[in-house]
Amino acid sequence: MSDSIDPGGEPVEDLKPEDMAPPAVSADRPVMESPPPAEPQAPTIRWVYRHALPVRLAHWINVLCLPILIMSGLQIFNAHPALYLGERSDRDRPILSLDTAFTDSGGIRGITTVFGHSFDTTGWLGASSDSDGRIHRRGFPAWATLPSHQWLAMGRRWHFFFAWLFVINGLLFGLYSFLSRHFDRDLVPFPKDLRGIGRAVRDHLLFRHPKGDEAARYNVLQKIAYTGVVFVLGPLIILTGMTMSPRMDAAFPWLLDLFGGRQSARTIHFIVCFAFVGFIGVHLFMVAVSGLWNNFRSMVVGRYRIAEIGVARHDQETN
Amino acid sequence: MIKKRIDRRRFMIRAAQAAGFLLLAGCDKLSQSEWFPRLLGSAEGLTRGVQRIVTPRKAMAREYDEADRSAVFPTNGNIDPKNPDYQVLAKNNFTGWKLTISGLVERPAEFSLSELRLLPSRTQITRHDCVEGWSAIAKWKGVPLSEILNRVRPLPAARYVVFHCADPDEIGRNYYESIDFDDANHPQTILAYEINDQVLPIAHGAPIRLRLERQLGYKMAKYVMRIELVDSIDSIAGGNGGYWEDQGYEWYAGI
Repeated sequence: MSDSIDPGGEPVEDLKPEDMAPPAVSADRPVMESPPPAEPQAPTIRWVYRHALPVRLAHWINVLCLPILIMSGLQIFNAHPALYLGERSDRDRPILSLDTAFTDSGGIRGITTVFGHSFDTTGWLGASSDSDGRIHRRGFPAWATLPSHQWLAMGRRWHFFFAWLFVINGLLFGLYSFLSRHFDRDLVPFPKDLRGIGRAVRDHLLFRHPKGDEAARYNVLQKIAYTGVVFVLGPLIILTGMTMSPRMDAAFPWLLDLFGGRQSARTIHFIVCFAFVGFIGVHLFMVAVSGLWNNFRSMVVGRYRIAEIGVARHDQETN
Repeated sequence: MIKKRIDRRRFMIRAAQAAGFLLLAGCDKLSQSEWFPRLLGSAEGLTRGVQRIVTPRKAMAREYDEADRSAVFPTNGNIDPKNPDYQVLAKNNFTGWKLTISGLVERPAEFSLSELRLLPSRTQITRHDCVEGWSAIAKWKGVPLSEILNRVRPLPAARYVVFHCADPDEIGRNYYESIDFDDANHPQTILAYEINDQVLPIAHGAPIRLRLERQLGYKMAKYVMRIELVDSIDSIAGGNGGYWEDQGYEWYAGI
């Protein structure tokens, strides 16, 4: 059964909490096929309270806000699907543009240009089919924007309403996490964590996930990812968004200096948006492969199930 | 076993796709409703209130150097008003043009273009931010709106300054805009008659256009013919205080 170390295969099954006990015999030896049937040891099931209510609430509000913000943001981007550096939009010098070209035969092509290199992206970027099935000129396709057809005014309404919800939610989460010491206890990596980073990367690549007590808290890669989102991506997306506001630029001119101009801020806003998309993708993947229902349950009701065997814990510690 | 997992995976992907389409369709439906966009629009008041609180009273939009100006300042919206009266004025270099200021003022007045040019002026190199997302920088010269307001003396009941414009759209609705007195009295709020040291061309709103440097481009009405001071914008055109506002854009365009 060699597929037990195949990333795409067995571990998904292995990591369902019900199956956790046998592998726990040794975390360092993942090839754990056919645990000795003679071993009568039953796993001890323990429940830990993994996520406090404010954390869960903040999480699900983000789940609501982020897809709406990303998709309404792409709707707004589609009104002028090009990015620039500096203060101005010099139309002849975008660093990224999603253009539409019309062929002699009356066809329509989507042309994406990045740093002067052009690609035909018909169907995806620059030109894609609407709900009527015909290909139209548009930056991002209809399925990626909110509303789905071109409607800047409505996209802005969605964006700014949910931006406020996202910001207020973030501020409340920040306040709670600071006061409850959620930040320093659970989120910010300890020096000890950082020393284990190489092993953590290897374990992740091999789809070995922490077990026992280790699973009850965030591992170092989780800590880095979450602190990155909370302390880097979050503030960046808000500050670059504010820099696009002419009124905020009058109130806080340093914003323009911080990001190198309004159009640079817009470009960074766009890049950070896709960093969020990347985070969400990896996050969902990790949630799915490290015990989907256990993770899901813990984020809904807080309780997280840990299966362990006394001997196994002992083994791990002496390793 | 593996087959089963693939089936399950395919099922999950299909289910996620179906859920996605349903959600998108649901959001589109909400956008079409009466109440939901109004709920979303409540954020505008919050934005306006908070931005006002955090902005120092006379905070100025950044002013740039000559070298920062855009090589080409894009023209947008109407660039050649299809209005016979306007076209006659344009043919005569706006010599017959008069800016009327009326409504809730003590002394209604009219100013010809040469009279406006004799009033104190302000020159500023500022960044124009379009609601579409692009920015362009140009040098503008014009008469501060406050100079004109001081001359006509607004009545205490006046709450908005409304700009009536010469440019109609394809179905005959005229462009108009409105601002409050916080913005009207801001030193950078000017009625511009020059761009980049040239007489304002028709494509940019000749003979005068509003510059409102702390809001987005659509607030900066071109082809201004008449200024009216009012206590309410409810009864003007669509009742939302501006041409684009009547089509769902925010009245407060500070972001």
